[in-house]
Amino acid sequence: MSTHTSAIGALLGVFTILIGGAVPALADHKPAASIPTAALIQPADFAATLNASAAPKPLILQVGFRKAYAQAHIPGSEYVGAASEEDGVQVLQQRVAKLPKDSAIVIYCGCCPWAKCPNIAAAYDALHDLGFKNVKVIYIADDFGTNWVDQGFPTAKGS
Amino acid sequence: MRSSRIAALALGLLLAGAAWALGPGDVAPDFALAGFNGKPLRLADYRGKLVLLNFWASWCVPCLEEMPRLSAWQRNYGAAGLQVIGVSMDDEAAPAKRLLAKQPVDYPIGLGDDKLGERYGGILGLPQSFLIDRRGLILARYKGEANLSQMEAAIKSQLEVPP
Repeated sequence: MSTHTSAIGALLGVFTILIGGAVPALADHKPAASIPTAALIQPADFAATLNASAAPKPLILQVGFRKAYAQAHIPGSEYVGAASEEDGVQVLQQRVAKLPKDSAIVIYCGCCPWAKCPNIAAAYDALHDLGFKNVKVIYIADDFGTNWVDQGFPTAKGS
Repeated sequence: MRSSRIAALALGLLLAGAAWALGPGDVAPDFALAGFNGKPLRLADYRGKLVLLNFWASWCVPCLEEMPRLSAWQRNYGAAGLQVIGVSMDDEAAPAKRLLAKQPVDYPIGLGDDKLGERYGGILGLPQSFLIDRRGLILARYKGEANLSQMEAAIKSQLEVPP
């Protein structure tokens, strides 16, 4: 490759980055795969705990988008907002600010396919950074509709 | 306590079994949104065209990855009868409009809400698209990252069907 061609390629790269600007890209988000496997819980397993009346209930937080939460969410879960955005992280931090660090917390999103979810790893990291060690993440492979609602797991609606 | 749990379970089953079943063969629910271009955006106005209805959001990476293809289809197949319509599921219009200023598309877009999502069988993950025939019947529902080559083949095939 000539020096001339390399220089053009570099310029195009810089141009692409500049044009990209505020347009979100996968690289902008920490991937869900960064969440430790030990922190994951399968939807069916978590649904089973919801039906076990004797089990202590964790704090359940939805960190996806409001319009999905309003249509369907896990009963008892609270909406805190998209953790990929600053507002969402702030609401999340405020919600857990007064909780003991050993509190059981379960977070879920399901806005997008797991590999491209912009919210779930951001939420997990925010809680981890605050010192919460008992955080579980519901592994939603496709989306909340497919992996939760369509499975017949308990569902509530409304904001 | 027991009765409330039974009621919650019944509600869950009801939601899972009934409200989320919209799919091929069903009539696409009509809607009227305020288009980002300042014009009303009504599905019924496109009766007689093959419609690709795409739900998306500004923070949804796979949505943004497929939108340039959708825009190209509008340019390439619009004259043959295709109409792409975008519905943003962002909380507000502002972030979607900012995104579109940087990544414009060649089809109309409006802001949807949870009620519209429910009428379309639950828009609980993005992206999500519906291919709607010229009579207003749903031909296909694409959830998540669709195979765009297959989607384009379906569009081309449908455009060959006489109006």
